[in-house]
Amino acid sequence: MTENALKHTLGDKMMIELSGVNKWYGEFHVLKDINLSVRQGERIVLCGPSGSGKSTTIRCINRLEEHQQGRIVVDGVELTSDLKHIEAIRREVGMVFQHFNLFPHLTVLQNCTLAPMWVRNMPKKEADEVAMHYLNRVRIPEQANKYPGQLSGGQQQRVAIARALCMKPKIMLFDEPTSALDPEMVKEVLDTMIQLAESGMTMLCVTHEMGFARTVADRVIFMDKGEIIEQAPPEAFFSNPQNERTKTFLGQILNH
Amino acid sequence: MSTHVFKPDLPPPTLSVGVVGWLRANLFSNWFNTLLTALALYLIWVTVPPLIQWAFLDATWSGSTRSDCAPGGACWVFIQNRFAQFMYGFYPQGLRWRVDLTVILAVAGAAPLFVKAMPRKLVYGLAYLLVYPWLAFWLLHGGPGLEVVPTSQWGGLMLTLVIAVVGIAGAMPLGVLLALGRRSDMPAIRVICVTFIEFWRGVPLITVLFMSSVMLPLFLPEQITIDKLLRALIAVILFEAAYIAEVVRGGLQAIPKGQYEAAGALGLGYWRMMGLVILPQALKLVIPGIVNTFIALFKDTSLVIIIGLFDLFNSIHQATVDPAWLGFAIEGYVFAALVYWIFCFGMSRYSMRLERRLHTGHKR
Repeated sequence: MTENALKHTLGDKMMIELSGVNKWYGEFHVLKDINLSVRQGERIVLCGPSGSGKSTTIRCINRLEEHQQGRIVVDGVELTSDLKHIEAIRREVGMVFQHFNLFPHLTVLQNCTLAPMWVRNMPKKEADEVAMHYLNRVRIPEQANKYPGQLSGGQQQRVAIARALCMKPKIMLFDEPTSALDPEMVKEVLDTMIQLAESGMTMLCVTHEMGFARTVADRVIFMDKGEIIEQAPPEAFFSNPQNERTKTFLGQILNH
Repeated sequence: MSTHVFKPDLPPPTLSVGVVGWLRANLFSNWFNTLLTALALYLIWVTVPPLIQWAFLDATWSGSTRSDCAPGGACWVFIQNRFAQFMYGFYPQGLRWRVDLTVILAVAGAAPLFVKAMPRKLVYGLAYLLVYPWLAFWLLHGGPGLEVVPTSQWGGLMLTLVIAVVGIAGAMPLGVLLALGRRSDMPAIRVICVTFIEFWRGVPLITVLFMSSVMLPLFLPEQITIDKLLRALIAVILFEAAYIAEVVRGGLQAIPKGQYEAAGALGLGYWRMMGLVILPQALKLVIPGIVNTFIALFKDTSLVIIIGLFDLFNSIHQATVDPAWLGFAIEGYVFAALVYWIFCFGMSRYSMRLERRLHTGHKR
């Protein structure tokens, strides 16, 4: 695929707005004054060394982590400690984890229908149809009645993507979705994510897959020590990084 | 370009498989194990044949009084003679069909739950749990349309089962709630649950039973009397719930944080997260611990002797001191052991089956 083959026009609507977000773990200042706006349909890749706060940033967006200062507004709803707001946002924001986190006691199909049935009150029959639709899209409909423990890592991660999509979210968050996979399985997951990007989904991905960033991202954000150091469209980011720290980081991950 | 040809799979060496392989590996792997095997065989030779001689070959199986008993062997006539009392206690003879019916209904009612293809299992199970206790109470205790049998006449295995089943059915949900409460984010709830658990785990059951029957009436106004059996049941439930709570907490701690996060990220609230994702996994993990507690509970029911209830063990004990059957205590206790063993072994086997059926491959 040529570079930026997926170039597209973005909607005007702001889906996510972080302004002046700060967070501490005890004494440790993990997020320092994070400002970030994401428009509808925008695809963002966050990268940076481990401990830079990139995972924490996206985990704040659906309140898996609590921020202590600043404002986070998702799809027009502000995240506060109000449980109603949190649950409303979580319904619209899908998340894919590094370690898949599928429910091992449920079949693949049940994993996919659980939330639509119990959160969206969808009838079982309809939930089954939606689940099969998305399992088809991630190309593993034949595994629907197996348990997660019987699948390979790549298959599990694709089920996890389908599970999140079954809630018909407006935003998808990916937290290092390929880091725990065997090298042979990375491609099948990335292909699924590219396909999802083509459908116009608003996506935030924490990943070290720079090839993916080049083809899919509208914007690449580089973080270090809890701060956003640099952000730019991928071609500018990779060919002409402005910051010394970004250059060192790119030098380390691209030249081996 | 050359293609790699994979080597074919070969069978393992003969000496490592089959009966010979098993014997070599498990009984005669070295001189020490061989010695232990010989010692074990000797112990079996010394103990088992005399036991069989006593319990079966020299035993008396039919008769009606102690004069029918042949010397030397076990006299099972004693058990036969008192069997009804061991099963029903002092439950009126003409009404014992009600106890039988209660048991039959329990078995027949629960049977469909064990049929794999049964549709709407959950709905049926809940309906059963809602209806059966009332039905059982009505049959055993009486009420509209049935003669009342006060609980002071209940006894034998029937009483043991009532205490054990009610204890288990009551302690399980309470224990789960306590375990969740102990891990709650709300400090008040956590403190209440920790206090409750540590209090009940800190006192012996026998003390609790004794308090419930001797101390409680002192604190209550005179006109209020609570049925003795009911007090024992409440004591057993509260006591065992504390143990179940700690077992379940162990299971909750074993569930990876990612499961909570995935459930939360999908928009499931606290109760749905717990009920649909966390507890099914946590309870599956602690089946051995839960069954352990239940087996202990089943045997602990014999402690109700302290408040004058005659469960299986106490009924048998009572019969052995009856002058008409003095000297047959061994038969009585062997029978008691056998009945307890059948129930406890049954629970143990069932739990193993359940574990196997719920196993869904590797974790995560």
